Formats: sequence, structure tokens, C-alpha cells
Amino acid sequence: MAEAVIPLSEAVNGSTLRISGIEVQGVLRRRLLDLGFVVGNSVEVLRRSPLGDPTAFRVSNTTIALRREESSLIYGQLIGGGEG
Amino acid sequence: MESPHAINGHDPVDSLLAAAKKLADQGGIRDEIVSGIYGVSAGICSDAVTYQDKKKLGSTYKLDNIVTSKLWGFPIMLAGLGLVFWITIAGANYPSSWLASLFSWIEGYLTAGFTAVHAPAWLHGVLVLGLYRGTSWVISVMLPPMMIFFPVFALLENFGYLPRVAFNMDRLFKKSGGHGKQALTMSMGFGCNAAAVLSTRIIESPRERMLAILTNNFVPCNGRWPTLILLSSMFMVGAATTGMLRTFSTALVLMGIVLVGITVTLSVSWVMSRTALRGVPTHYTLELPPYRRPQIWKTIVRSSKEKSLNVLTRAIVVAAPAGIITWILGNVFVGGESVLNHMAAFFDPFAQLLGMDGFIIMAFILGLPANEIVLPILLMGYMSSGAMVDIEGLGSIKDIFLSHGWTWLTALNMMLFSLLHYPCGTTLVNIYKETKSMKWAVLSAVIPLGIAIAVTYLVAAAARLFGWV
Amino acid sequence: MSQYTVAFAGNPNTGKSTLFNLLTGMRQHTGNWAGKTVVTAEGGFSHKNHTYLAVDLPGTYSLYSNSADEEAARDYIIFEQPDVTLVVLDATSLERNLNLALQVLEITGRAVVCINLIDEARRLGIDINLKRISKRLGVPVTAISARNKIGIEALLDQIERVATGAFKAEPLKITYSTDIEQGIAELIPMVEQTIGSRYPARWIALRLLDGDHSLLTSLKARMSRKDIPVSEEVVGHGITACH
Repeated sequence: MAEAVIPLSEAVNGSTLRISGIEVQGVLRRRLLDLGFVVGNSVEVLRRSPLGDPTAFRVSNTTIALRREESSLIYGQLIGGGEG
Repeated sequence: MESPHAINGHDPVDSLLAAAKKLADQGGIRDEIVSGIYGVSAGICSDAVTYQDKKKLGSTYKLDNIVTSKLWGFPIMLAGLGLVFWITIAGANYPSSWLASLFSWIEGYLTAGFTAVHAPAWLHGVLVLGLYRGTSWVISVMLPPMMIFFPVFALLENFGYLPRVAFNMDRLFKKSGGHGKQALTMSMGFGCNAAAVLSTRIIESPRERMLAILTNNFVPCNGRWPTLILLSSMFMVGAATTGMLRTFSTALVLMGIVLVGITVTLSVSWVMSRTALRGVPTHYTLELPPYRRPQIWKTIVRSSKEKSLNVLTRAIVVAAPAGIITWILGNVFVGGESVLNHMAAFFDPFAQLLGMDGFIIMAFILGLPANEIVLPILLMGYMSSGAMVDIEGLGSIKDIFLSHGWTWLTALNMMLFSLLHYPCGTTLVNIYKETKSMKWAVLSAVIPLGIAIAVTYLVAAAARLFGWV
Repeated sequence: MSQYTVAFAGNPNTGKSTLFNLLTGMRQHTGNWAGKTVVTAEGGFSHKNHTYLAVDLPGTYSLYSNSADEEAARDYIIFEQPDVTLVVLDATSLERNLNLALQVLEITGRAVVCINLIDEARRLGIDINLKRISKRLGVPVTAISARNKIGIEALLDQIERVATGAFKAEPLKITYSTDIEQGIAELIPMVEQTIGSRYPARWIALRLLDGDHSLLTSLKARMSRKDIPVSEEVVGHGITACH
């Protein structure tokens, strides 16, 4: 069951994922790494903005908001929480 | 630097890069560099940092469940904005009129002094009616609201609320082609557009940064607040309302004005990002920092001290010379009319189309260096144009306006024009410095001016068409 | 009596500006959002027998030129070579904050790491072993709370040790994969030949491998003109940073 790899954008609020891959290149990749979106790190999906996007994530004890454009390129394994 | 190499024809730095490129192209080196550092820091942390309870760490974010919720996110934002305005208006009313009376009381003695030493009338005119009045006007009208608005705003800011606004509103900015962080630079614009233009550096993509620069002017700044507050409290709320209700409705009007500004910002961004600034929205990351209880007294004291210094400096540096110039223009006569009247008469037909008058347009033109002085220039213009009214406190300002044929439309359109017209001189200089482009600096004045003219014209035309005035 | 330059680096929201204001007595506005400090501010402070010129760099997550802010911070540390670079970290999110410290240490060993918001971290149940971190990093590490003025004297002592050279730093050197290390080794002699020994060759080689164009642009500007100040818009007490 823990095998399911989904993009962060698909994970429901409250779920936790372990990052397995980041399909981004260049400056954004570096920025995401700077912020703690690193393979192996765990990410909790906190909440969506009132207008549906962006989404706030909890990573390395900080809260970072990403738009769907970015979060759909970060993949992770579901390791807890959520019904998805 | 000990460099004979700097003058070489072929740049040695370029060949260095070429060599590096050759090496780097051999494999996925770049990624390893970044993850290398991250691995080391994660290693140090797991070695030296222990958490008693991971759950506790998220506790400071509980408030986000409300502040960024679907149901409460936007109502809280609007209510917060309204509350800040309300506190500002309610609190600034009395100190403003005290200051105005104090200054006019001092003016009496100054005039008496000038008479006692038999100073020539022109000297009294330039120094007392021009310089002193101009300066004291700016101080009494601007100081109290600024000393309330900014500390309150700073408290919200230090608390950590602003990034939540950026989080809530991002979708709107994205749809219009801008960046969510534009909400932050706009908040900065409430203080000072010139500073906000510098703050757009937090937006990494040049395209979205340019959008933020071009539209920042649509957030009313420090220099425009007093005009907006004064006019809305005088003309926009019914004469019957008093006390609490009056303050409350003034706050609502101001909020409406700010919402108009936001709407224009989004629309201009939308149009620009589909024409001159086409491109794909770049990446977006926004940190929501933990809420921190602001150091209330320290914030209030620091921020009001900062603002009062700021207002006083601007009053002296900009308002004083403007006061002198306006007085001279109003008192040098050519063909029986003052230069000021000639100028006002020249602009008047055009201004009437926009629901204003020639003096107002002239005040905006002379007020280019700083928005603070638009209102004082206007008042001085009116006063020197014959209807010499002795100002005792703020109540008589309305009489001056009324005696020059003002209606609610005049006030509304002056507010709209103030909100939308070109940014002040300092801001334009900063835009030029930041964009290093004359074209964009000019556009950042021309676009808002065009919008200001169009909007005021339409409002005036509609009001006349439907016979509202 | 000589004056030392201290550059304040740190992630956004770490209370860097609060510390800066506390030490310099300046009224620079602080705010709780990323990128608040947009203009480099300068101020002075003194401790024991020395005076210091404090330079507040923009708050950044890294020095790898993602934005104008990061370029400004990086250029200052590289080109102005402050006597001490003070890296202010947020105790409640050290893992991410340490990235920046490591990047600074790659450039210079003349650094003090200052972990701010330590009281907040304790409240949240985070224990930080300063000695261990200091040992790994090879530079002084102190914990403070700028808001509540905890640990400031100790921090100033550490700044003094580094500034005067009393502390011999052995900054952590990150060893990369064989490929990268080989590349660095090949580039270093070329870098030294072209740019001279004034700037850290290993770091520049690493950035070159990474294809950091903005660093090269800055380097070129530096080499064609002598001693242009990096911070063009310095506010504060009007002392421009020169050595």
C-alpha cells in the first residue's frame, strides 16, 4: 500500500508523503531544495487556499505554499494520514 | 586587484566558464552539489537537534485553520482592513483638529509679529501664508492618521498576517498573470510606493516583477491617505450621520476605494500580461512563517516615531518650497489675474469633463514631487483666488470647497484621481533605477494617468447623465 | 582602534533585523515576511575595545543567485570580504537554516553562527546541542533571543574572537562526489591564475561547475573596475563599506 507514488498536488489535506522524486530542473529545483523539498524528506499536506490553490505544505518544520504547477511535479509515497 | 589580465582581448573569465562547462557536462554534477549541502545539514541536525514532541511544532499554525479557511479567509481580510481604517479615522480626528487650531493660533502671532516690525506684505505672504501654512497643513492633516495607521499595520505585519493574505489571494494574482508575492509589495505600498518599488525585488521573475512595479501606484500611499480620509469623511458620508456611524461609513468608503485600487491592479496586470508582458507565470514559493506575538509597545513606538520623522521631513523638504511657489503663483498678477488663476482657467474646461476643476488638476500637477502637498496646494490655490477664508480647524475646509462649487462628485473624482493617477516623483525615479528603462518609467506614469482620466470621465459622465448631481 | 565589518546574513523571518536593530540601535523596520529587508542597511556598535560596522544583508534562503537579493548578499560576502559574517539562524527550523550557514562557510571561515529564537525553540521542546554543531561547523555557534535580549554578550564575545583572529576557524569543508571534486581540482589552478588569490578559489570553481552566470557577471564587473562598492543603495549612517 505504501508503494503508491503520487504528485503532491494530488494528495489530500492531512496526508503525509515521503518525497521520491522532483521532476523540475534549473532554478526552481534549487529553490525547492533550499526549502527542504528533498528526496527522502517527508511532507505534510496542510491546507488549500480559500480559492483552491496554492496549497500549504509542512516541510522541515516550516510551512511553504506551492502552486499546483510546482507541486504536481514533486512526487512522493503516501506514508500516513488522509483517506487517499 | 593585481590584474594584468583584465585588459585582454579575449575575456579570461569567459574561457574559465567554458572550461567549467566542459567538466560539468560530463554528468549530473549540478544536482549533486545542491543535495550535497542539504545532506550535510540534515546530518548535523539529526546529530545535534532533538525534538520532544513534533506535534507541538505545528501549534503556532492553528490560527491558519481560521485565517486561511474557505469560509473565513476573505471576510477576515476585509474586516481587518476595515478595522484598521476605522481605528485610524476615529483616532486621528481630534488630534488633527487640535493641531490645526494650534498652528492657526501660532499663525496669528506670526502675523502680528510681522506687522509689528513693519515687514512688507509680500514677505509675510511668502513666509507665513505660503511656507508656514503649507508646512503646517501637511503636518496637521497627515501626522495623526499616519501615526495611527502605520503602527497598527506594523502590528499586523509583525504578527505574520501578511503572508496569509498573499496565500489567500494568490489565485487572483495568478489569473491576472502576476505573482502572489505582489500582495506583499502592495501592502508595502500602503506605506510608500517608492519603497514598495524597491521591495518588488522579492519577486524573482523579471516579468512579474515589472507587473508589480507598474501597478504598485494603485495602492494609496502615505501621501494620499490624508486626502482620501479627509474627502471621504467630508463628502462621502451623509450629512446626517454623526459620531460612530460617521467614522464607520468613512471607513467603508475608504475600503471601497482600496478595493477599486485592487481591482484596477488585477485588471492592468491581466491586460499587460497578455500584451506587452506576455509570458508563462514563473515558479512560486511562499513561506508562511510562524505567528509571533508582536512586541506591542516597541512596534508602536518605533513605527510612529519613524512615521512622524518621515512626515516632518517631507513637510519641510517638499511642502515648504511648494507652499512658497504656490503663494507666488497666486500673487503674481498678469493682466489682472494671478498666474495661478490663469493656469487653473486653462485646465478648467478639461477638468470639468472629469468632474473636477482647474485648480484640482493644477494641484495634482504641482504635486508631482510628493502626493502629500496636493491638498495643501489646492487649498492655497482656492484661498488665494479671492475667497479668502480664515482656517480655524478642519471644519472650515469643507466651506472652502463648497464655496468653489464642490459636490460629492468633485470629491469622489478627486479621490479616484488621487488613487489612480501617476506615482510621485520619487517613485518614478526609483522605477527608472530599478528597471533601468526610460520606456517603463514613462509607461508607469502614462498608464495610470490614462486610467485615471478614463475612470473619472466615465464617472462624471454617468453622474451627469443620470442627473445625480 | 580599528573598526571591524560584520555582515548579517540569514534566512527571512529569522529575526535578523531585530538583532541588527538591537545591536546598532537603529530603527530599521522589521516585519514577519520573506524579503523584508530590501535595502542594505548599515549601523555601528561597539563591544569592549572594538567598534564594529554592521551591514544588514537581505534575508535569503541560499546564496545561489535565485534572485536579486541573493546576488546582493553573495556579492557582499565575496567581494567586500567582511571581517565577520554573522549567520543568523532560526532555532525552530534549523535543518533548512543550516543550508545557508554551510554555503557561507564554503566562502569564508570568518563566520559566527548565531541561533536566534532559542527561547521559542525551548518552548516548543526543541533541544539543540550547540557544542556538537559548533564542532561540526568549525566556527563559533551561540544561541540567542534577540527579542528578549538573551545571550547577546556571549555572541558579541564570539564576534570579537573571530574579528580579531583570536579564534582559528576550521570551517567545515563539504566533500562532494569524486566527479565534482575532480572538476574542482582541475579548475582551481585556472581560477587562481585568472582571478588571483583574493577570492576563495574552491568556491568559485564550484560555482563555475554549477554554471552560475550571475557570479561571473559580478566577477567581470569587479575585474574591469577597481573597488566599486557592491551596495549601491546604502542607507543608515552613511559610512560606505571600504577597506
